[in-house]
Amino acid sequence: MCLGIPGKVLDVRREDGLLMATVQFGGITKQACLEHVPEARPGDYVVVHVGFALSRIDEAEAHRIFDLLAEMKALDELEAPDREVP
Amino acid sequence: MAAPLGACPVQIGQYDRVVLGHGSGGRLTHELITQLFVPAFHNPTLAALEDQASIALDGVRRLAFTTDSFVVSPVFFPGGDIGKLAVCGTVNDLAAGGAVPRHLAASFILEEGLPLADLRRVVESMRAACDEAGVSVVAGDTKVVERGKADKLFITTTGIGWAPEGRRLSIAAARPGDRVVVSGPLGDHGMAILSVREGLSFQTELLSDCAPLGGLAEVMLRASPSLRCMRDPTRGGLASALNELAAASQVGVVVREPAVPVRPEVRGACELLGLDPLYVASEGRMVAVAPAAEVPALLDAMRGHPLGRGAAEIGEVVADFPGKVRVQSSVGGDRLLLMLSGEQLPRIC
Amino acid sequence: MKYLDEYRDGPAAKALIAAIDKAATRPWVIMEVCGGQTHTIVRYGLDQVLPKHLELVHGPGCPVCVTPLEMIDRAHAVAARPEVVFCSFGDMLRVPGSRGDLLGLRARGADVRVVYSPLDAVKLAEANPSRQVVFFAIGFETTAPANAMAVWMARQKGLQNFSVLVSHVLVPPALTAILGAEDNRVQAFLGPGHVCAVMGISEYEPITAKHRVPIVISGFEPLDLLDGILHAVRQLEAGEAKVENAYARAVRADGNPASRALVEQVFEVCDRAWRGVGTIPRSGYRLRDELRAFDAERRFEVEGVRAQESPLCISGEVLRGLKRPADCPAFGRQCTPETPLGATMVSSEGACAAYHAYGRHLDARAAERR
Repeated sequence: MCLGIPGKVLDVRREDGLLMATVQFGGITKQACLEHVPEARPGDYVVVHVGFALSRIDEAEAHRIFDLLAEMKALDELEAPDREVP
Repeated sequence: MAAPLGACPVQIGQYDRVVLGHGSGGRLTHELITQLFVPAFHNPTLAALEDQASIALDGVRRLAFTTDSFVVSPVFFPGGDIGKLAVCGTVNDLAAGGAVPRHLAASFILEEGLPLADLRRVVESMRAACDEAGVSVVAGDTKVVERGKADKLFITTTGIGWAPEGRRLSIAAARPGDRVVVSGPLGDHGMAILSVREGLSFQTELLSDCAPLGGLAEVMLRASPSLRCMRDPTRGGLASALNELAAASQVGVVVREPAVPVRPEVRGACELLGLDPLYVASEGRMVAVAPAAEVPALLDAMRGHPLGRGAAEIGEVVADFPGKVRVQSSVGGDRLLLMLSGEQLPRIC
Repeated sequence: MKYLDEYRDGPAAKALIAAIDKAATRPWVIMEVCGGQTHTIVRYGLDQVLPKHLELVHGPGCPVCVTPLEMIDRAHAVAARPEVVFCSFGDMLRVPGSRGDLLGLRARGADVRVVYSPLDAVKLAEANPSRQVVFFAIGFETTAPANAMAVWMARQKGLQNFSVLVSHVLVPPALTAILGAEDNRVQAFLGPGHVCAVMGISEYEPITAKHRVPIVISGFEPLDLLDGILHAVRQLEAGEAKVENAYARAVRADGNPASRALVEQVFEVCDRAWRGVGTIPRSGYRLRDELRAFDAERRFEVEGVRAQESPLCISGEVLRGLKRPADCPAFGRQCTPETPLGATMVSSEGACAAYHAYGRHLDARAAERR
């Protein structure tokens, strides 16, 4: 459930008493309610579900899996028996 | 003997009335055609379910003949309007069959209250599209219905063209080993329309890809003399087009998902709404099946044409799973690509 | 698209699959909770490329599927009223009630509209003061903040013509119900990523403590699920049972306090019936007393219909991970997306519908014939 898509905040403003943002997804933009992620600034990424921002994407955490994968790859290469000695 | 029409109400799918899904180009549409219209009109040309009827003319040429109705809303959309669509849609159905489109007849159903300025704008757009396509509107009809009985205007175009006798493209002609190509990024038209539909609007500079493809089709046929068939992936998108040809040719089709060109805007909109680009309509693209040996020359020729710059090979025809289409994902697994049953509805989940 | 494309990378997926292969020395049964996670697994064929002794079973995390038949019938009754503009998320429109689905009702002249966001329904109410706008407020905790905001806005604006038909469901009671069943086979969960973005992860700690079952909060892209599975397998192999956050780019341990505060102002916990499972105590939300004026059930006084589920349908067992869609004799035959018999086929997120869309019934039949 919960189709939440990451998008980039382009601008933030108050509309009708609510904090709203223009959020970019790939090549399109859509308005989303930022009321519960007020710390988001232009350039930040937020997860949007039914027009509502749920949370801000943490860039460092986002990288973690790729750091892990790089480590795994390095380990693999160390363990590979037929690896060429440089 | 089949019961006469009217004696037995045909239950098509689970509905006893027309629902929007019957017009979506997916499974419900297919059922309506094969279970209601084809049996009623009962002839082999129709039963072939090609995009155009090909009729022997004089032993030298074949007459191609097709019709299409246009009910798009809104009438004016980014990149085009109902008039341009009405010309291009019918022209492209003729071109997909290997015919050179020549003449159109256009019928208009107008809603009382439609501003004449809007009608003029649509008609002028049709004229421009005809010029670009090299066709002329030679016959027509106009009707007006009371306010509320038609959504501004509906247009039906009927087109004729002819193809050289030897040229017999058919969706039943694909063979294992053939490759599948597309002329450019898919789904622009469908998403451009959705971007201005109430309830789903998003901001984009995405334009409909609506364009007449007669010129591109000729270029393709010259570059690939043994090209098997072409289809413009309109309603129901690439999925419908490939399923129809897989079924008609009784072959399997494998699509490599990362190879299918889709613009970032279309991808973004599809992600947002939970839609699949493989089901979204294009109105200015061709999908074609050609023998593997002819594909490099074919792609070269397509990319040299203004409407084929984004041409790419996206898959191949195989002998396995005849009648079915499979899609290989970026992570190695694959899935069947079935025809949509009805409307593609935006997901929450 | 940033934060999406890189989580679909083929070589990275293969590396994770290899790591899972190395880590899993014994058979394990893992359940992914969310319909969106099921969708990804089936769409990308992840279960085809995982080691055979790892079994993925699909959970009840599809709010569309688990909306009870009575609620669908109530929606129909409300939508059929001439003064009502009935707004809903797209995928609810094809869920059949006792008398067809909302799409069919639209064909009969009812004003039924798809909206992307609950806030759009509020705008519709403002723009159409002479009509009664009703929004079908379904979802898990993920959707509760948006639904709550819609009600809150309507109250701020003093709208007299806006109401919501509430059928909210909560994840932790569902997991407890699954684990509490005698025939439970699930040994670990991939937890609901976006639910936890709102609620945080602490609600899951009592569950792991009591049932000794690892819960790895996971995202929705192929790499997220594979990463979640890897963490789950490592815990299982080590005999551990804790809550891990494998979706930390979007989930903070305490979730979104502002969202929860609004939800608590608008909704309160109640018992809820889950289609295919039955009533689970304290597993849903309803409007608080002081906001009952916005409750469509009260405004329109509609009676639920006691509807009969098909005896052929085994969706209860599918939702609890006891059976797979292909195990059901009706799957792909009497029960298809066009003619769904039960909860898990009605929405594109349900396990049966996902399997059907990706052709698993045809694969199964082909396998049978061989």
